[in-house]
Amino acid sequence: MALRSCLIPFLQQLGDDVSYWGFFVEYAPKMASGAMTTAMVMGCSALLAAVISLIFGLMRLSQNWGVQAAATVYIEFFRGTSLLVQLYWIYYVLPLMGLTLSPFMSGVLALGLNFGAYGAEIVRGGVQSVPRGQWEAALALNMSPAQRMRRIIVPQTFTLILPPMANLTVELLKATALVALITVVDLMFVAKQINATTWLSAQVFGTALIIYYIMARFALIPFLRWLEVLAARKVGKA
Amino acid sequence: MDTRHPQSLPDGSPLVRFADVTKSYGDLTVLDKLNLDIAQNEMVSIIGPSGSGKTTVLRVLMTLETINDGVIYVDGEPLTHMPSGAGLEVASESYLRQRRSKIGMVFQQFNLFPHMTALQNCIEAPMQVLGLSRDEAEERALDLLQMVGMDSKKDQHPTRLSGGQQQRVAIARALAMRPQVMLLDEVTSALDPEVIGEVLNVIRSLNSEHNLTMIMVTHQMGFAREISDRVCFFYEGKIAEQGSPEKLFEDPQNERTKQFLHAVLDAN
Ligand SMILES: Nc1ncnc2c1ncn2[C@@H]1O[C@H](COP(=O)(O)OP(=O)(O)O)[C@@H](O)[C@H]1O
Ligand SMILES: [Mg+2]
Repeated sequence: MALRSCLIPFLQQLGDDVSYWGFFVEYAPKMASGAMTTAMVMGCSALLAAVISLIFGLMRLSQNWGVQAAATVYIEFFRGTSLLVQLYWIYYVLPLMGLTLSPFMSGVLALGLNFGAYGAEIVRGGVQSVPRGQWEAALALNMSPAQRMRRIIVPQTFTLILPPMANLTVELLKATALVALITVVDLMFVAKQINATTWLSAQVFGTALIIYYIMARFALIPFLRWLEVLAARKVGKA
Repeated sequence: MDTRHPQSLPDGSPLVRFADVTKSYGDLTVLDKLNLDIAQNEMVSIIGPSGSGKTTVLRVLMTLETINDGVIYVDGEPLTHMPSGAGLEVASESYLRQRRSKIGMVFQQFNLFPHMTALQNCIEAPMQVLGLSRDEAEERALDLLQMVGMDSKKDQHPTRLSGGQQQRVAIARALAMRPQVMLLDEVTSALDPEVIGEVLNVIRSLNSEHNLTMIMVTHQMGFAREISDRVCFFYEGKIAEQGSPEKLFEDPQNERTKQFLHAVLDAN
């Protein structure tokens, strides 16, 4: 029902206004370039989040009290506060402390730090679910703690953590729309700009929704599935 | 610093010595002032009721667990401790890494690395830990896989292998590190009856042809009797009785041993 009541005005307007294709032809290039920026923000912040997840996930498991505490504070802070406020803080408050970042960099940093905190918990869970016997076998072969982690444990966590990581990545794509609020010219920013000048809200935001959906459904998700298959093949499961 | 135990053993000492080794978990004493010597090339079986500390003996020797008191010596030098002044102190991780290489272990649940093929399982530690080149490591691994009859499956991942096949690869993997002492913890307990024989055959050949020093925890009384030089009966963290297999199985002296053997033989 909700879907219908949303779509009907949109479709009606498309029907009334035969110039949707005119609209599309005129604004598609702008929206496509916004979508490219969205993809860039998403790619860079996913990469940053992945690195942070691995580092902080492993730090959480450290024997060293200080290292573990540092990771815990980081994860608690970024999971416990609002992403939007973190974004504003990085963009508006860091310059007051002498660190000015471009809107793009601020957006990537905020998203990477925030999603990295969630990812770290997934990594920690993945490492903890590798059976004890794997650690023991590696120790009995006299592997060093670092070798055990790098060669035996971490590779086995990939198949375990990829499905939850994939969900998180789709969430990340959707969350990138927030960077429009700090003037990154992404898909959402372009949509708002076009809307401000044309007032064709249904066409503009309807098209934006569809583009976000296509990016998730036909680009990101197939890519993540492919990674899962690749990882499964590595352990002889596929 | 502890001066009750010597910093090294004189020449001609046994390959492995447990000297008054105590291991406890909280209030539970699992090994109680254990003294046990294993000679070079000796094949020792450990039998005893569940919970008597058999696995723990192997785990402390593999340094998977630390001990609360006493010292374990391997090849004349302390393993669990390192020299400090005139006495001994608890071994550091770097000291353990030097000494641990003399010991290899095969587990009840195989514990093969699932993300690696049989061959990769066998070359991983020789390359990473011993620093062998890939060619050297593969040559060594292929010889061992052939010995355990698994060379034709070298490129299979563990999920594609039966329990007996996995256990044979696990034996090859441990041997690839050229340990002086092999520890076997109920290596056939997780196997289907029809594949136990193939694993026992491999152990037989290690014993007869390769003269490896072995400590084997087992419930296979027939096998223990056939291949052991000595059998130790464990009860409540102590050796209640030990001797040649003939003596221990045919003429046990200790009441506990008699009860245990009765119970086990009745069950069969
Ligand atoms: N990590 C542990 N924490 C607490 N108790 C343990 C632990 N490992 C073993 N135990 C206890 O130690 C005793 C001896 O265990 P184990 O050596 O495995 O016996 P066995 O191999 O002879 O069956 C058992 O009572 C067992 O419950
Ligand atoms: Mg046991």
